[in-house]
Amino acid sequence: MKNWIKYTLLLPGIVILVLFLVMPLLSMFMPTIFPENSFSLESYVLFFQDPLNVKIFVRTLRVSLITTVICAFLGVPAAYYISRCKANLRSFFMTVSIFPLLTNSVIRSFAWITILGRNGIINQILQGIGLISEPIQMMYTEFAIIIGSVYLFLPLMMTTLVGVMENISNDMMEAAESLGASRLKAFFKVILPLSLPGIIVGSTLVFTGTLSAYTTPQLLGGNKNTVMATFIYEKAMNLGDWTGASVVAIIMIITTVIAMKGLNYVAGRLDKRGEA
Amino acid sequence: MRKNKVLGIYTFIVFAFLMIPLLIIVVTAFGEADIVQFPIKGFTLKWFSKAINSQSFVSSCLFSFKLAIGATLVALLVGVPAAYALARFTVWGKGLIKGFFLSPTIVPGTVLGFALFQVMIVKMHIPTAVGLFCGHFLIVLPYVIRIVGSSLEEFDFSMEEAAWTLGMGKIKTFFTIVLPNITSGISAAFLLAFINSFNNVPVSMFMTGPGVNTMPTTLMGYLESGFDPTVPAFSVLLMIATIGIMFVVEKTLGIAALSQ
Repeated sequence: MKNWIKYTLLLPGIVILVLFLVMPLLSMFMPTIFPENSFSLESYVLFFQDPLNVKIFVRTLRVSLITTVICAFLGVPAAYYISRCKANLRSFFMTVSIFPLLTNSVIRSFAWITILGRNGIINQILQGIGLISEPIQMMYTEFAIIIGSVYLFLPLMMTTLVGVMENISNDMMEAAESLGASRLKAFFKVILPLSLPGIIVGSTLVFTGTLSAYTTPQLLGGNKNTVMATFIYEKAMNLGDWTGASVVAIIMIITTVIAMKGLNYVAGRLDKRGEA
Repeated sequence: MRKNKVLGIYTFIVFAFLMIPLLIIVVTAFGEADIVQFPIKGFTLKWFSKAINSQSFVSSCLFSFKLAIGATLVALLVGVPAAYALARFTVWGKGLIKGFFLSPTIVPGTVLGFALFQVMIVKMHIPTAVGLFCGHFLIVLPYVIRIVGSSLEEFDFSMEEAAWTLGMGKIKTFFTIVLPNITSGISAAFLLAFINSFNNVPVSMFMTGPGVNTMPTTLMGYLESGFDPTVPAFSVLLMIATIGIMFVVEKTLGIAALSQ
């Protein structure tokens, strides 16, 4: 095959990505490191000197981390159960997990407004059984963002995990049990280590997803609980602070890449350990 | 296999957590009161007729539909040849190029939206709709590269070589031998790309304007400025459409095609 043909097939995509992805990102990035035609990281230093910015950055990381941990705790046992189900029950569970993934995130966040609001379902129940006399504030809190994010990303964790756990043979568990391990012990010593690569892939998806999610923190967090994604929007569209928004954007990209590479590295180490 | 009861109950609770909020939306769409409340008082279908007759819902839905179809088709046009070249030939820097094609996924949506808005709309005065289109193209391209790419990797290229040896032209071979064998991959890529463009919020948030309003941003606007049960009614209609798509997929590609 002549060489030019294969590169011709790749060229349109590369050109478009350079024009509409690389160039815009670079022209956003450049002013943040060359504020007055000379290299300076001042914008970033200034960003982290403002306690408010640090608070937003830390909140974003905290929300993402807690969401990831909760998704893993809810997702791992459920995914294991699904992976051991008979084929038609398994495909039922998969269908039910995929449905939320295809449903708009605005709708999925909206559901929680009805549940967590002042006159929402939880407050009604708690008041009904006399546990509280005044409605508690759940909307526009970090708690609301976390529960909304878990709701948003749990199906992603589960579908990823089921895909990995399906490939773990039942014989493994039976072997462990016949050698005297309790079922719980067999799960922790056999199944969990084997599904760790899947858990890490799922965690990466959930963590980076929560980190960059806009809809849920915007609708459930309100103005007082800004995260990085809503911070960019606020800086750019409400305050007109282009460079400030760009700094936030670059920090988000760097955080995403570090999280991905870090978890990839962990996954790689674990894979090697498995082979040894 | 022996069933573990505790694990079964745990899974049941997890699925209740996933399903109950959506069921609540469905119920609230039928309430008679002007506010979204649960449990509902009375029963009415008026919010559904309001949703269908709402100019902003219908036109934003149509706009999102056209945008998603357009972005997906262009992404297929650009992505399928690229995925083919990457799977078929020894390309210099293959991993690097593939990574480059998948790179829009590591850029958070708000960052992408902001960068495109700042450069294309503000600096270059390109119409908002064009900027929006580019953004959506970038969101969906990785789906095409990844899914069509993996279905091409399973394709046995000796079939293509057999056709060449028998004298068929290379372009004709691609369309009559290669393409029919990767249609399920292309269909899955099309669906996932379409759904993700149609549902996208962060990129679209930055690029709205007169006549340029996607369905999710319109819905978002409603939620932020006081709303009535038209919103849940509209949500129910969208969920029905989603179930319709899933049903068709289950009958043709198998539901697993949507979890890639």
